[in-house]
Amino acid sequence: MSLLKVMDLKVSYGGIEALKGISFEVEKGSIVTLIGANGAGKSTTLRAISGLVPVKSGTITYDGNVINGQSPQKIVAEGICMVPEGRRVFPNLTVLENLKIGAYLRKDDLTADIDHVYRLFPRLKERHWQLAGTLSGGEQQMLAVGRALMMRPKILMMDEPSLGLAPLVIRDIFRIIQTLHEEGITILLVEQNANAALKIADFAFVLETGFLGMQGTGAQLLNDPGIKAAYLGTAKA
Amino acid sequence: MWNTVFPYLLSGISVGGQYALIAIGYTMVYGILRLINFAHGDVFMVAGIIMVYMSASGMPLWVTIPLVLILTALIGFVIERVAYKPLRSAPRMSVMISAIGVSYTLQNLVLYVTGGLNKTYPTIPLISQTVTVLGAKTKAVTLVTPVLTLVLVLLLVTLINKTKIGMAMRAVSKDFETSQLMGIKINSVISATFVIGSFLAGVGSVLYFTNYPTVIQTSGAMPGLKAFVAAVFGGIGSIPGAVIGAFIIGIMENIIKGLDVILFKSGVISAPLGLSTFSDAFTFALLIVILIVKPTGLFGEKATDKV
Repeated sequence: MSLLKVMDLKVSYGGIEALKGISFEVEKGSIVTLIGANGAGKSTTLRAISGLVPVKSGTITYDGNVINGQSPQKIVAEGICMVPEGRRVFPNLTVLENLKIGAYLRKDDLTADIDHVYRLFPRLKERHWQLAGTLSGGEQQMLAVGRALMMRPKILMMDEPSLGLAPLVIRDIFRIIQTLHEEGITILLVEQNANAALKIADFAFVLETGFLGMQGTGAQLLNDPGIKAAYLGTAKA
Repeated sequence: MWNTVFPYLLSGISVGGQYALIAIGYTMVYGILRLINFAHGDVFMVAGIIMVYMSASGMPLWVTIPLVLILTALIGFVIERVAYKPLRSAPRMSVMISAIGVSYTLQNLVLYVTGGLNKTYPTIPLISQTVTVLGAKTKAVTLVTPVLTLVLVLLLVTLINKTKIGMAMRAVSKDFETSQLMGIKINSVISATFVIGSFLAGVGSVLYFTNYPTVIQTSGAMPGLKAFVAAVFGGIGSIPGAVIGAFIIGIMENIIKGLDVILFKSGVISAPLGLSTFSDAFTFALLIVILIVKPTGLFGEKATDKV
């Protein structure tokens, strides 16, 4: 059974319908990616799942329960965590505090989880006392991922983790995504960097201004001529 | 010379402490909502009025004072829930107008209840009595205020820097949406901010009105405005800034009040110049100068926006 199931999801901002009824499923333990151009509704999809924007119609089912209409707090508590677009670490909090605030809803001991994040990102350990605002873009992205891991998510949603980062850093980020996948976390990845995303995805969906277009395994889409032309660029093919 | 200046300095420090307790409310609310809470000075005044009626009811002081503080905190909570929370996603200007509305509502409610009469503020035995410090006669409240202010500020700073709710406050002040993604209930954090700010204004009110014979519905306007200037002077959003700004304004204001006497006694002038008239003007002139020279104030937020 799929862990997350989105059925005929519609979301509007003001009078503009950002999502015009999309349906997809995320299998437990898989990496699923949503690719598409700017304004296709990728971020909106993640924001709707996390409860940040109200759903106009349709259902979002997680582990058999409908979760749309619940507060972001409840959705986080159930194990759906998001790494927001643009990292959005708290610049006025230290690295360690950023990790601790990721586990805001937990009341148990965090030491093991903090160590786990430090093992994944040794750089964060070195800088644990620094204000997050002073980190580089790549380090902030690591912190944003680490912060989301502190809730021990079942599903990790990542919104454009490669945005604005150097190619080498992007490679690190995608390697981490695979590591997390191997640890058993289900991953829903939104990317403009379709090439990198499709390479690691088990399954992929293409969003086209509010509609779901093509879908298939990462490899299928990677070799599809239409996708190549629209999202990957012929030079890379 | 020192003997002439000292009493003014002393009352300046005391008034500064009282301004500081009010200014913290302005600066905290601004820090989290980017809202100038115009009703804050009136919450301070209402705390004074509640104290008048509470003590008239004949309850002992150890009951009335905590009760006044709790009620003031509750008023802050209710104001936020009724007048600001429904406007959470509205433009900032709407919330500000709502704050002005709350300010007038409170003043007119008090006008209705008191009939616009000056209400005699009760004497609080421990802090109303006269004491002599280094040859200067003053009320005990003058000594109690700065000590109590510093203790409360230290507690507050510890709360903000060391506790989980404090961490949540700092997070919410930067980013509502991401805070929600962390599972933080932003409305609870905002309520907590108003409760703390109003509670401190309540403490400030007890200390401040002890120095004055009466309270009336407009009593909150001037101290509220000066505390606001103190918060801007210190850099609005910064708690240490508000406290330091408040002490500076309190001291300067009282020195100016006594400037005639000080200059006369030290032989600089032979007749009073009426400089004390300008003590209020000084505060607002200072505001203008700050806004021109350093709009972010002494400890204003450094812009560390990095994308």
